[in-house]
Amino acid sequence: MTANALLHIDNISKRFGGFVALDGIELQVMPGERLGLIGPNGSGKSTLVNCICGTLQNETGSVRFDGHKLDGLAAHQRTHRGVARSFQLPRPFHSMNLLDNLRVPLLYTVHARMGPLRSTGDLDARCLELLEMVGLAAKAKQMPRDLTQVEMRKLELARAVAAEPKLLIADEAMAGLSHSEIDDILKLLMRLNERGITVIMIEHIMSAVMSFSQRLAVLVSGKKVADGLPQDVVRDPEVVRAYLGQ
Amino acid sequence: MVMAFAHWVHVDYLYFASYTILQFIVLATAWNILGGYCGYVNFGSAAFFAMGAYSSVFMHKFYPLPIPLLIVIGAAVSGIAGLGMGYLTLRLRGSFFAIATLALAVVLQTLVVNWDFVGGSRGAYIIRPETLEFAGYEINYIEYLFFLMLSLAVLALITARTIERAQLGFGFATIRDDEMAAEASGVPTLRVKLIATTISGAFMGMAGAPFPYYIGYLQPSSAFGLEYAVNSIAMPMIGGTTSWIGPLVGAILLGSAQQYATVTISSAVNLLIVGLMLVGFVIIAPNGIVGLVQERLRAWRRP
Amino acid sequence: MDISWDLLLNAIAAGLLLGAFYAAVTAGVSISFGMLDIVNIAHPAFVILGSYIAYFFNINFGVDPILISILAMPVFFLLGSAVYQVYYLSFEKRGQESLRGLAFFFGLLFVTEVTLILVFGVDYRYVEAAYIGPSIHIGIVDLPLRMLVPCLAALALFTGLQLFVTRTFIGRAIMAVSQDQLALQLMAVDPIRIKRIAFGLSIATAAVAGALLIIIQPIEPSVGREYIGRVFAICVLGGLGSMPGTLIAAMLLGVVESLTATFYGPSWAPAVSFGFLLLTLAFRPAGLFGR
Repeated sequence: MTANALLHIDNISKRFGGFVALDGIELQVMPGERLGLIGPNGSGKSTLVNCICGTLQNETGSVRFDGHKLDGLAAHQRTHRGVARSFQLPRPFHSMNLLDNLRVPLLYTVHARMGPLRSTGDLDARCLELLEMVGLAAKAKQMPRDLTQVEMRKLELARAVAAEPKLLIADEAMAGLSHSEIDDILKLLMRLNERGITVIMIEHIMSAVMSFSQRLAVLVSGKKVADGLPQDVVRDPEVVRAYLGQ
Repeated sequence: MVMAFAHWVHVDYLYFASYTILQFIVLATAWNILGGYCGYVNFGSAAFFAMGAYSSVFMHKFYPLPIPLLIVIGAAVSGIAGLGMGYLTLRLRGSFFAIATLALAVVLQTLVVNWDFVGGSRGAYIIRPETLEFAGYEINYIEYLFFLMLSLAVLALITARTIERAQLGFGFATIRDDEMAAEASGVPTLRVKLIATTISGAFMGMAGAPFPYYIGYLQPSSAFGLEYAVNSIAMPMIGGTTSWIGPLVGAILLGSAQQYATVTISSAVNLLIVGLMLVGFVIIAPNGIVGLVQERLRAWRRP
Repeated sequence: MDISWDLLLNAIAAGLLLGAFYAAVTAGVSISFGMLDIVNIAHPAFVILGSYIAYFFNINFGVDPILISILAMPVFFLLGSAVYQVYYLSFEKRGQESLRGLAFFFGLLFVTEVTLILVFGVDYRYVEAAYIGPSIHIGIVDLPLRMLVPCLAALALFTGLQLFVTRTFIGRAIMAVSQDQLALQLMAVDPIRIKRIAFGLSIATAAVAGALLIIIQPIEPSVGREYIGRVFAICVLGGLGSMPGTLIAAMLLGVVESLTATFYGPSWAPAVSFGFLLLTLAFRPAGLFGR
């Protein structure tokens, strides 16, 4: 199982001063897999995402992706290698319209990977295509501040996908949304997965995680306490204790 | 005879005044490439300008060269300084860069004051010829300087406008908006920021390189003058920071107003007005004059 | 090498006295920049404003400059609170503090300086007090009261501030603003109100620092600019927001500057702070005592 994993996290740790945020995490994600990552607040999920994406650097252990070590690489280099993320609180480029928001990863990541192949017309067409995929094509020329919460999340996902990643990490892309909006985002993530993008979903909304994930990993206080089939993991006594017993 | 003399004085003054305004266009545009596009404040414009001016003084004493070459040297010196400052401070929190540039001016001035080769605190005289032979024609030296500065201003504006429409312009804007999201989209933020500090510094150095020849006698206090630091921030801020037009509008407006005002009122009052306008504009009209005009146009188009 | 011990000891003593004064100038920045993350580069201009207020009342009414500055503190506090309110509404709330907020303080610095030039001119001004002139001698070390009195006043100010931020409710809330917004919510205080008070306090310290400055040396309006590099160098070197760190860093800078002035000439002293700043940024961005 480990030999052909897309993402291979080996014994990584991270501390902030005296506080141990991650403690010897081991995790593998297979190509094309849908992994759910859950844990109580402050359990280290975001720190783990930041260590995978290069926003933070892990102190011990290593992160391997697609057969290469990512350790020491900056965040943008990891994006170039095919790791993309959406942010928990959407962080659009607020001085640019939606089309230009998507143009950034195309200009900086897809170009870096394949050389500047595209003409301006091709770029526009690709941006529109992406906006259509998330249902925002009609708002292509609007600014991010004109969007609703759910539209903002969609823009965030579209921008991550624009970088043509192999792995997409969706960091609480559904927090605060209504039921129908959650379904919207779930369908979107499913479609992306069908196109061959591996997805790690970090989520608090259990119904969403359970319906989406093929496998579930649980973090508690910086340690991985469970990893397996979703229905088994939620019955795991340690997980139940972590969620209910505090 | 008297008429001819009056005419001569008049035209020469016009060249002198226009040179100053063009110089401000270069400085304001240069400042805006880093400040307006990327959102990083440089308080040390005077230092970068003075580095250009003093590299010319140094070359004048060491091995005199034609001014276009001095401009290249000034650009190199100030560009490298910008790169170095950026490299030291831009990996840390954003405000450290601003603070470091503020301190840079004081220290460079200290160095120059103590450096006798370039005149020290007494200053340095640069004797410039009255006229210059150019392609068989004899032209007035001030005209020559004017045309040099005009070309620099055009070059700076073209550079700024080109950047705005290129990949680099998108990169700059992502840094102004959100650096973390920029990295996640694949923008190499540190490299992009260093490109900005280098280009910005280099243009400030270019603006300073012909200055000793223009003024004839260069003192540390004139090269490091506060009016450069203040104007190169105030002009883009008042004109508008998001496009190349803003600094141009700001520089022409404030530059000509100051040229007019120094004749009629004291230079201190003059600078006070610039300072008050800066404070007023950043509070009331964050997008400057260009922003105000754009809003008007939008309201007018969509009744 | 033949070092004159006499010269060396005197330079160190003068540096320590000077350093304590630097600490007083930096105290306000340590609050605004270190704790509130507001890059108030106009702070030295408020210090100079304090100097001119001390000058005005000293020359016209013969009041002691330090006493004037203590009386001026509440006025400076209100001024600072007002400045913060404008800053908050115009920049912090809109998320524009990094570009326009900095330009705003730069504008304030500049407007204050030019206004002082227009009112008082560019001549050097000084105050008169009994302790300006005489010195006390300890062995070969010569301690001018002109330096010693400001040093003691600065240490008193510093101790007061340290006690305030560590021992009072509002002081601890100010510390929490910088470190732990959540704790602040749990304390049920409005962070904007706390920041307004803290910024007011930081400007109030400028009144005292200004009076001390004009006791130490005659001043003119642009003197403040020399202090911008110094105060931020001290603030960064001391570790942002740490009062004891600031005091030690200020003493260190004072001694190094004094040694530089004694052995290389006073015209080199302004470069020392910048060297300190750059070295700190390059090697220890968290400050001397940071992790």
